[in-house]
Amino acid sequence: MIPYWLLYFLTLVIFVLGLYCLVAKKNIIKKIIGVVITEYSINLFLVLIGYRKGGIAPILLKDISEQQMAEKGVDPLPQALVLTSIVIGLGVLALMVSMVLRLYEKYKTFDMSEINDLKG
Amino acid sequence: MQGIFPLFTAIPLAAAFFNLLITKVNRKVADYLAFFTMTALGTMAVLMLFEQPFVYKVGGWEAPWGILLVFDRLTAIMLLIINVIGWLATVYSLKYMSTYTAKAKYYSLFLLMIGGMNGVVITGDMFNLFVFLEIASIASYALVGFGCGKDELEASFKYLILGGIASTGILFGIAFLYSVTGTLNMPHMARQLEAVGMNKAVLFAVALFIMGFGLKASSVPFHAWLPDAHPSAPAPISAMLSGVLIKALGVYTIIRIMFNVFGQNHLISSVIMFLGALSMVMAGLMAIGQSDFKRMLAYSSISQIGYVMLAVGLALNPSIPSKVAALAMFGALYHLVNHAVFKSLLFLDSGAVEYRTGTRDLNKLGGLITRMPVTGATCSIGSLSIAGLPPFNGFWSKLVIVIALMQAHHIVYGGLAIFISFITLVYFVKLQKNTVFGDLPDRLKAIKEAPFAMTFPLVILAILCIALGVAYPFFQHQLVSAASTVLDKLTFMNLVVGG
Repeated sequence: MIPYWLLYFLTLVIFVLGLYCLVAKKNIIKKIIGVVITEYSINLFLVLIGYRKGGIAPILLKDISEQQMAEKGVDPLPQALVLTSIVIGLGVLALMVSMVLRLYEKYKTFDMSEINDLKG
Repeated sequence: MQGIFPLFTAIPLAAAFFNLLITKVNRKVADYLAFFTMTALGTMAVLMLFEQPFVYKVGGWEAPWGILLVFDRLTAIMLLIINVIGWLATVYSLKYMSTYTAKAKYYSLFLLMIGGMNGVVITGDMFNLFVFLEIASIASYALVGFGCGKDELEASFKYLILGGIASTGILFGIAFLYSVTGTLNMPHMARQLEAVGMNKAVLFAVALFIMGFGLKASSVPFHAWLPDAHPSAPAPISAMLSGVLIKALGVYTIIRIMFNVFGQNHLISSVIMFLGALSMVMAGLMAIGQSDFKRMLAYSSISQIGYVMLAVGLALNPSIPSKVAALAMFGALYHLVNHAVFKSLLFLDSGAVEYRTGTRDLNKLGGLITRMPVTGATCSIGSLSIAGLPPFNGFWSKLVIVIALMQAHHIVYGGLAIFISFITLVYFVKLQKNTVFGDLPDRLKAIKEAPFAMTFPLVILAILCIALGVAYPFFQHQLVSAASTVLDKLTFMNLVVGG
């Protein structure tokens, strides 16, 4: 059985990996993948917050008493947050990819170190 | 009036959607639709000034379960800035954007950005704030790259990557706070946090928020995107980004969350003051060397936001007398409003200059006052205001901030604020000398004044610059009561939780 804290720690590891990918890689596609990995690590973190060992769906059926519900029911809110955050992430990803396509049309390269007309 | 409150986000979002549908049939509708939408929003924002604070429960759901929209004096001021400057930028776009293609898409993105910013300032729910922040950010990424040239795309991509990281950090912070408090509702969260205190998880969330919102507000270690992104956007968008977006997404959120959720704290106060002073000094010094009209203004934005952050940080300090904290907060909000007015004015001026001359290079311009009197005069008024010369508005707000700093015995920060005010004067004198005054190059002998749709917002904003400085007693009450709402954590909590 994996200890609970290790799962939280692993999401942080994924987050840092994403940041590393974003900072160290020169290819802009890889940079986008880095952003997406950081987003997913946060989503996993949110899911973990709502996780409960042996939890049941938070729906009050007839054969479940309110006390059982309070003891076992998982928190539904983080799941709703994750869904919203995935959709937002998709929107940002679509914009990033279309931006990269336009960048490729202009510069004929995916290398960020060659796309540096501006001073920053 | 309470019933119309959610319309501040609903109207622009709906208009953005229908705009794209209608323009498939008739292209000319886009102008009118955007203009009337923004006129309605501007009128509503002015009417909201006379409202008392209230809470709107979305769908009738009670506080800890449903989403709340909170209206207080700070929200009123932010709504006024967003929608009035947005209206002026729309009027300006009617003529200016005809040099670009796909005007309808531009208006849709513009309205999305307005809807997102309105949502950020009216919401009382953490996750809702994140969603609206993303709506406004995504629209602004697309608008920065709207020209689709080489530089625009590069700037937009940089902004997109950094903005994406900022949003991720903010969501991470919200997740931490949710796991500590078990609620997303800001007033309830504030009450829970009082019981929990500042433990390590909360401090980590604070650090993530300062990173995330600091990046949206472009305070100095996180500022790298702004000097590229703001000049690359079309002029009305530059005005919206510099004048409104960094305030609504960055400064407003920092004020709201740090004061009304976390409460005053020594550590947060000193960090924000340091970041503010750093942005003020670094960006101020970097602005002197710029030779691009808009790029200089972009650096100046970072520097002026530094003033606001410095005053906000000072007011966050719990050990200074409450009178000094109130004065600092008042100075911060006053400077926020003033900066929104004069920085949009200057960016719109730069757009008018570029529209007629085709360049923003300061070395190729000069003597425009003889050919473009309205643009030149308003540009001078804007420059004098931002440099802090009496009786223009910038002088008074900087004076209030410096007095507050001195009363709190922050002599070094106070001295730096005065010094950077002088540096601001230096680079705006350079700007004036190279655009409005000086010799007119032969190439520009034949240019005319910008069209009426572009000069009208300039004149309005220039009048506001003077009015905010001279007619100060008329709106003092609004700013003072906003400052006191911010400082009093209890009023915000009681508004929702009750007694």
